Amino acid sequence: MNILVCISNVPDTTTKVKFTDNHTRLDTAGIQWVINPWDELSLTRALELKDDASTGVKQVSVAHVGPASAEPTIRKALAIGADSAYRVNMEPADSYQVAAALAEVVKAGQFDIILCGIESSDYNGSNVGSMLAEFLDLPSVSAISNLKVEGGHLSITREIDGGKEVVTVPSPFVGIVQKGIAKEPRIAAMRGIMMARSKPITVVEAPDAEALSSFVAYEPPQPRAACKFIDPDNAGQLIELLQNEAKVI
Amino acid sequence: MSVIIYAENWDGKFKKLTFELASYGAKVAEMLGTSLVAVSIGKVEESELKELGKYGVQKVVATDHELLRPLDSKAYTSLIAQVAQKEDAKVIVMASNNAGKSIAPRLSVKMKAALGSGVNKLPLSTEPFVVSKKVFSGNAFAHLSLNTEVKIITLMQNSFDLVAKPVEPEIEQFSVKLDAADVKTQVKEVQKHDGKMLLTDAEIVISGGRGMKSAENWQPILELAELLNAATACSRPVSDEGWRPHEEHTGQTGKIIAPNLYFAIGISGATQHLAGVSSSKYIVAINSDKSAPIFEAAQYGIVGDAMKVLPKLVEAVKEIKTK
Ligand SMILES: Cc1cc2nc3c(=O)[nH]c(=O)nc-3n(C[C@H](O)[C@H](O)[C@H](O)COP(=O)(O)OP(=O)(O)OC[C@H]3O[C@@H](n4cnc5c(N)ncnc54)[C@H](O)[C@@H]3O)c2cc1C
Ligand SMILES: Nc1ncnc2c1ncn2[C@@H]1O[C@H](COP(=O)(O)O)[C@@H](O)[C@H]1O
Repeated sequence: MNILVCISNVPDTTTKVKFTDNHTRLDTAGIQWVINPWDELSLTRALELKDDASTGVKQVSVAHVGPASAEPTIRKALAIGADSAYRVNMEPADSYQVAAALAEVVKAGQFDIILCGIESSDYNGSNVGSMLAEFLDLPSVSAISNLKVEGGHLSITREIDGGKEVVTVPSPFVGIVQKGIAKEPRIAAMRGIMMARSKPITVVEAPDAEALSSFVAYEPPQPRAACKFIDPDNAGQLIELLQNEAKVI
Repeated sequence: MSVIIYAENWDGKFKKLTFELASYGAKVAEMLGTSLVAVSIGKVEESELKELGKYGVQKVVATDHELLRPLDSKAYTSLIAQVAQKEDAKVIVMASNNAGKSIAPRLSVKMKAALGSGVNKLPLSTEPFVVSKKVFSGNAFAHLSLNTEVKIITLMQNSFDLVAKPVEPEIEQFSVKLDAADVKTQVKEVQKHDGKMLLTDAEIVISGGRGMKSAENWQPILELAELLNAATACSRPVSDEGWRPHEEHTGQTGKIIAPNLYFAIGISGATQHLAGVSSSKYIVAINSDKSAPIFEAAQYGIVGDAMKVLPKLVEAVKEIKTK
C-alpha cells in the first residue's frame, strides 16, 4: 500500500502578513516558509502507518504544486521521512489549478491513500482535497481525526456535528485530515536530513487547466475598538455592559 | 435562472445557520434579479421545509433516499449538481461547515464553477463577481473574483444576519435513482455526545486557557456556561493536558468559530488561538497580565485573577436572570 501526502508551502504562522503593489500581492520579503501544519501531521500519520509492518504501507510520497523556490519545504518533508517527492512546476492561481495538477501526479502513480489537510493556513481554502477527489472520480472523506489500517482494511474516524463516526471507503480514496490525526508533528533528525539530500524529487510539467478564480485585492482586518477595562473588584459591571451596551446576553 | 442554497438538516430540523444561508441567498438573488431555491436532502417534514419560506425561499426541491442518510460527498455532489442544472442556478450557496467543505469543492470541479470558500459578506460586486473572504487565518481579507458563469460560495457561520422575507414556498419532491454502488461511504459506528450545546452553534462561548491552572478549576466556567446557555471551549494546551476534551479546542489547529460573544479566560491570545476566534463579534478577556496580547483583540477586559473574578460574574448573571 502506498500513501501520497499533499503538502502546501505556507508562511510560518507567526509571520506578520503584508501586501505590496497597492494591496494586490502578498509581500514575500522576510517570510519563513513551512509545511502547512495539517500536512505535517498527515505526513506524520502516514509515516507511523509505514513504521507498523502489519499495515502493509510500503511507500510514503509527498506532492507539492509550486515553483522551484518551494524545494526547501519539500526537502524538509523528505528529511522527516517521506521516501520520494513530486513537484508540479507552476505558480498556481487558485485551488482548482492546484487540484488539477495534483490529479496528474496521482494518475501517473500507484497510490492507495491520498492525504490532504483540512486547510492551508495561507488562503484558508479547505478546497484542494475534495476538488482532487472529484477530478479523480474517487471517494473522499473529510474531517478525519483518525486513520487506521487493520487486516488490510481502512478504518477512518471522521468528525460530524456533535460527535464522530467510524466509516470505511474502498481505496484508493482521498482523506482530508484534521485535528487528532497525529499528536505531535515528527521532526527531522540529523540522519534524515542527510538522507533527504539523495532522495528523488520528480518534477512534473503543469497540466493546462486554467484557474477559475483570481485574487484581486487584500485588506487588513478592521482595527477593533480599544479594550474597555473593568475594575476586577467590580467584575459584575461587565455583565451589565454585555447586557445593555453590547446587547449580547 | 436561480440562486440555490443547500439547506442541510440535522435529524430533520433546520438550524439558525440554515436560515442565515436563506437570508443571504435571498439577498444575492435580489442582486441578480432572480429567485431563490433551496435543496434539501434527507427526511424532513413538509412543515419544516416550509420554514425556509420565512426567509425568502421561493421553492424547495426536496429529496430523500435511504442511501443518502450518511453524508457521502460524491453522491451529494452529484445530486446537487442535478438540481442546479434543472433550476439553471447561477450561484450556489452552502455553509462553510463540515458538509459544505466536503461538497462545495467537488461541485466546483463537477460543474467547472469557481468557488469562493469561507465568504464573510455579500458579494462586493456581481459584474465581475467578487467576494470577500478571510485569509491568513484572520490576518487579512481577500477579494476573490469568481470568473465562471456558475459561482459557488460557502458562507462563514454568523456572518450574515437573519432577514425575514415571508413567502409561501413551492415544495417539489425530487426523486433520485441510486444504487448501493453509487454510495461509497459506509458508517460502521456513531458516537454522539448528546444534549451538549455544540461549539459551532453557540451564540456565547466561554473558553479557558492554561491560566485556569487545572481541570478542577473549571467549575465556575461550567456554571457560567449553563447560566448563559453557552458552549465551553479551551486553548490548545488545555486539551493537550487533558483538562478538557479535544473537541473544545479552538484555534488554527482546532475549531474555527464566530459566536456573538467569546470569553477568553486565562488565555494569552497567541495568533494561533486568535485564528480560530477572531471573527467573534465581541471578545471578553480575563487575564492577570495586563500586557497579554488577548487584550488587543478584546472589547472588554478585566485584569485580575480568574479564580476571583469568575464567581463575581456568576453572581452578576444570576442577578440579571432573576430580574
Ligand atoms: C502550528 C501551531 C498551531 C497552534 N494552534 C493552536 C490552536 O489552534 N489553538 C491554541 O489555543 N493554540 C495553538 N497553538 C499554541 C499557541 O501558540 C499558544 O501556545 C497557546 O494558544 C497558549 O495557550 P494559553 O493561552 O492557554 O496558555 P498561555 O500562553 O500559557 O497563557 C496563559 C495565560 O493565562 C494568564 N493567567 C495565568 N494565571 C492566571 C490567573 N490566575 N487568572 C487569569 N489569568 C491568568 C497568563 O497571564 C497568560 O496570559 C499553536 C501553536 C503552533 C506552533
Ligand atoms: N500547492 C499545493 N501543493 C500540494 N498540495 C496542496 C497545495 N495547496 C494545498 N494543498 C493540499 O490541500 C490542503 C488544503 O488546502 P487548501 O484547499 O488550499 O486550503 C492542504 O492541506 C494540502 O494538503
